[in-house]
Amino acid sequence: MGFEAKRLCKLALGPVLLLMSVIAMAAGDEASEYNMAPGVTAVGHQVFDLHMIILGICVLIGAVVFGVMFYSIIYHRKSRGVTPATFHESAKVEIAWTVVPFFILLAMAIPATTTLLNIYDNDDAELDVVVTGYQWKWKYEYLSENGENVAFFSNLRTPQTEIHNTADKGENYLLEVDEPLVLPVDTKVRFLVTANDVIHSWWVPALAVKRDAIPGFINEVSTKATEVGVYRGQCAELCGKGHGFMPIVVNVVSKEEYAQWLATKQADAAQIKKLMAQTFTMDQLMERGKEVYEVNCLACHGAAGEGGVGKPIAGSAIATGDIAIHLGIGINGVPGTAMQAFGSQLNDLDQAAVITYQRNAFGNNMGDMVQPIDVYKRKKG
Amino acid sequence: MGDHHHGPAKGFGRWLFTTNHKDIGTMYLWFSFAMFILGGSFAMIIRAELFQPGLQLVEPEFFNQMTTLHGLIMVFGAIMPSFVGLANWLIPMMIGAPDMALPRMNNLSFWILPPTFLLLASTLFMEGGAPQAGWTFYAPLSTTYAGPSVTYFIFCIHVLGLSSIMGSINIIATVMNMRAPGMTYMKMPLFVWTWLITAFLLVAVMPVLAGLVTMMLMDVHFGTSFFSAAGGGDPVLFQHVFWFFGHPEVYIIILPAFGVVSQIIPAFSRKPLFGYDSMVYATASIAFLSFIVWAHHMYTVGMPVAGELFFMYATMLIAVPTGVKVFNWVSTMWRGALSFETPMLFAIGFLILFTIGGFTGLMLSIAPADFQYHDSYFVVAHFHYVMVAGAVFSMTAAVYFWLPKWCGRMYNETMGKTHFWISFIGFNLAFFPQHFVGLAGMPRRIPDYALQFADFNMMSSIGAFIYGASQILFLYNVIAAIVAGDPVSDEKVWDGAEGLEWTIATPAPYHTFETPPAVR
Repeated sequence: MGFEAKRLCKLALGPVLLLMSVIAMAAGDEASEYNMAPGVTAVGHQVFDLHMIILGICVLIGAVVFGVMFYSIIYHRKSRGVTPATFHESAKVEIAWTVVPFFILLAMAIPATTTLLNIYDNDDAELDVVVTGYQWKWKYEYLSENGENVAFFSNLRTPQTEIHNTADKGENYLLEVDEPLVLPVDTKVRFLVTANDVIHSWWVPALAVKRDAIPGFINEVSTKATEVGVYRGQCAELCGKGHGFMPIVVNVVSKEEYAQWLATKQADAAQIKKLMAQTFTMDQLMERGKEVYEVNCLACHGAAGEGGVGKPIAGSAIATGDIAIHLGIGINGVPGTAMQAFGSQLNDLDQAAVITYQRNAFGNNMGDMVQPIDVYKRKKG
Repeated sequence: MGDHHHGPAKGFGRWLFTTNHKDIGTMYLWFSFAMFILGGSFAMIIRAELFQPGLQLVEPEFFNQMTTLHGLIMVFGAIMPSFVGLANWLIPMMIGAPDMALPRMNNLSFWILPPTFLLLASTLFMEGGAPQAGWTFYAPLSTTYAGPSVTYFIFCIHVLGLSSIMGSINIIATVMNMRAPGMTYMKMPLFVWTWLITAFLLVAVMPVLAGLVTMMLMDVHFGTSFFSAAGGGDPVLFQHVFWFFGHPEVYIIILPAFGVVSQIIPAFSRKPLFGYDSMVYATASIAFLSFIVWAHHMYTVGMPVAGELFFMYATMLIAVPTGVKVFNWVSTMWRGALSFETPMLFAIGFLILFTIGGFTGLMLSIAPADFQYHDSYFVVAHFHYVMVAGAVFSMTAAVYFWLPKWCGRMYNETMGKTHFWISFIGFNLAFFPQHFVGLAGMPRRIPDYALQFADFNMMSSIGAFIYGASQILFLYNVIAAIVAGDPVSDEKVWDGAEGLEWTIATPAPYHTFETPPAVR
């Protein structure tokens, strides 16, 4: 056995060195297409290191096991005229390969535990953001004192034409949104993750955050990005037909830029509040309604109101019937179906515009409109 | 005595009313192969859609139906019944019993399967389509937000559970009561041991699955709120109950595969299995551990950190008995006199690829790293290494190994080896790149993906088509062997094979061991 064991060591060493160098190369590659990215957070770097250590240990063990196996395959073949040995048990060996792996596992468990405790540390967050998963978009609400009133939806921006291959796909195909989440750099941010309908999962690899968004429950998870940049992610839990189409874009900016952005958002919110009290013309409502329709309704009701998952709107009894009923469905949804309650998702102006649009587009020609004030009154009951 | 030695009945009635373990085993095997082809064709649709970015062939709703049915049919229709078929054929022959202990129940447990899968497949043509919530069917996507097909799905799961429970009771009763004199527990072939333990796992967890789908049924039709927070329930409860079934389920699938490989490797190493006793203890330890690790599928649901740590440590421990098994197999080969017929090739393929799947499993057990791996293609790669290269490769090895004994005819060895190499290359081309896209951030169960994943996905699709196509060769080889293969009359078929099943005539007579054999 002694001689064979020596040859075995030599044989195993080659592949080990080769694989380790491949791994070392992968480790040097920041935004790899074939390995985990260390990302831009301290925790993310810890997770990445842990990943590489465990991978390295696995490769080493694999090299030894496969080395022995291939040695057998090459040298212990019947065609070489060997006589098989007859040994078939050894308590010592069995104990050795039970105990040694146990200690290897123990060595893995220590850094794993430390990293896990770091991930679970949500203390001293400077900014709280509520993340709510919807079928199929994300809603972000800022909770800090100076962030109040800032809340918005983040929808997929990739056009249907690119998805259906009638237009060339852009660089960030499927990973682009109409309104990204904006966060300040070097700031510990705590996300309060929940969902409105089914379970989603908010995953941004570069921030080392993946947490399930569960309807009726709130999960907390923190991150602290140390580099300015745009980081992209996707929903990670199957949530229906739009699961592949609800990306996440996080724009990490300098603290100054963040303050400016926040101020703009608050001004916008105040502006929209003012608009709510105004009366609009048919043309204004139709123009705005078309935009709202394309973002919120089109996926289910079709580009020409022809229906799909949702019922047709073109010539439908609802869109050409009582306007109060139509508005009520828009606000409250239809329980037990995929038709959501948009009252909590759209502001009064957008709600008014989209109902008006549905009644006067796709060949529907009701000529009536809904004003923001009507929506407000309806919501107040 | 003359009347006792009757042959099989004629015509369709033979199969419909049969209580013969060999006939029932044959039906299980053919049925599972049919389901393997059906589930495989769904996989081909999935890979065809993922060949390039963009939506080309199917809409996302249909894509989700394909991923759901692919998983359900492969797990419940292909892999599980195939090993039950193998158990039916082999357990009586391995322990020296004339038949299974409960032959009529055996017939029933098979015959309720085909209509059930017909019903499940028929949901594809229903309004609203087949179930679309994935084979894990998490609530509330599978309850409040599901189409009418969910009710049919629940009924199917109930019947499949019944079939599995009946099958496993039968195996337990057979192994415990019908061993030939002298066949003590610690003399049983390892395949019998792994199935005995598997059967206990099945009896323990199938009722849990039944309870789960019953709760779903109540939520969907009777106004309860088990899985709805709005009514005081909890969607995460669903996942706990599901994985309490689901984790033992993966060992239900892989333990009989361990058994098969433990029969084949010694045969072609011409050397007894190394560490038989420790193999038995390792199998039992894996079975025990499988009950206390379920929440490692749920690291991201927001468990308390103490829970995460418990499930992480328990899961890591599984590496110990699994490692013991791998080391024992390699030691069995060490200083043997190896030859590489098709069954051995598939067994070695199993050994290498299952070990890789085991390594990625260990990586996934590390909770902090799993926050990045979870629900990515890394997971898809991991479980296909375990399910396909583990269970399916071992099943394929089993068919090549025992087919000559079953039908007395030899398959074409060259074609068998070709099948292995095409499978091996196709499989790795399909699933190895999925580790990379998963680590780079591609979520699973998406019908369309970002451009940086395009190259590896195309590779993966080509590999999947190759692996899929190689099964046609397998089918042809098996049919050609049964119909016109070279006759084998040698009782042992393989010179290194050991065990009672190799002491009976070839092909195996319709009734065997009507008088118990002598066991040394």
